[in-house]
Amino acid sequence: MNPKYKRLIILILILSILGLATKLVLMALKENIIYFYTPNELKKKYGNVKNIDNKIRIGGLVLEDSVIIDKNTSIFEITDKKDVIKVFFKGQLPDLFREGQGIVAEGILKDNKLIASQVLAKHDENYMPPEVADALIKNGVWKGEEKK
Amino acid sequence: MFDWLANPNRFKKSTNKLEPLLMVISLLFIIFGLYFSLFDSPKDYQQGDAVRIMYVHVPSAWLASFLYLSLAVSSIFYLVWKHPLADLISSSIAPIGALFSILTLITGSLWGKPMWGTWWVWDARLTSMLILFFFYLGFILLHNAFERKIDGSKSASVLAIIGLINLPIIKFSVDWWHTLHQPSSILKFDGPSIDNQMLIPLSFMIIGFGLFSLYLIIINVKTKLIEKKCEALILKLNLKEIL
Repeated sequence: MNPKYKRLIILILILSILGLATKLVLMALKENIIYFYTPNELKKKYGNVKNIDNKIRIGGLVLEDSVIIDKNTSIFEITDKKDVIKVFFKGQLPDLFREGQGIVAEGILKDNKLIASQVLAKHDENYMPPEVADALIKNGVWKGEEKK
Repeated sequence: MFDWLANPNRFKKSTNKLEPLLMVISLLFIIFGLYFSLFDSPKDYQQGDAVRIMYVHVPSAWLASFLYLSLAVSSIFYLVWKHPLADLISSSIAPIGALFSILTLITGSLWGKPMWGTWWVWDARLTSMLILFFFYLGFILLHNAFERKIDGSKSASVLAIIGLINLPIIKFSVDWWHTLHQPSSILKFDGPSIDNQMLIPLSFMIIGFGLFSLYLIIINVKTKLIEKKCEALILKLNLKEIL
């Protein structure tokens, strides 16, 4: 056989084995690669455990009408529309924080409540000028995160 | 078939006319694209003016990934068909790709601080992009690490091909895992979720960045060809002196 094609076939073989290996490793590490759990996933993973001392991250939408802010302290609830987790947080909230917004909170679980040390806002993939956003809401075809 | 393409003289001839044309067109695209994206495009309903970072961030990220694909393909040509020109092309692409990937990381970080509330998180998208940057650096280092140049070319090409696996991970990281980074706005099944007033300046920037990189790569390859010729000449002169 032509040595060029031999080299090409060897290369393709090595690449596919490497690709398969990577896929298996990534599948095995799935738990570690995801950046946050949703409240429902947390419940599935830990069952009814009420205290988790290691830092965990919970992501989801800020539940409507759940936000209480007093100076530097805030209490709110994160939901994935199946389960809800209450969050306590002392510190500066990100600018994008509002009800209905996707956020990720990091902290420890105490008595089924997340004592957060950091709250990050998650931005969605919708980019549009304010007028378009208003028009979409007016016409009732809003598809993004709920807006207040 | 590839032997025809891989002839250095033919490369020089066919790119001589292309080169100034590429420079003018790419600069026009970038100048107009920058004007549109910085001054003549709307604010975002949530991000406000911070959305303008996206007009540099997204083209850089696309180019960093696309250039890596080109780097790996030309490395395959080098390893399989042993064309010296393919190696020159790979080593010309690498620094430009490295530049675009660091630009992606920096602009993303600048956007992340005001929007997310943090400069950096170790989520799948950000981490895989950082790994892409390391692959570029690894390629450059390995390429220059050997006494015999051909050893460097070969091992760097192998590294480039291994790094190919990282590309789908970057692209699909936001779909496979929960990440802080948002999913793709442009390349998705149900059409772009970015308003046309923003998509147009963004397209200008992507085309401009793409053509400008092509221009830089051609200049790089030509410089390396001349370098090679000089080295050969010096070798010849030295030989004559000895004899």
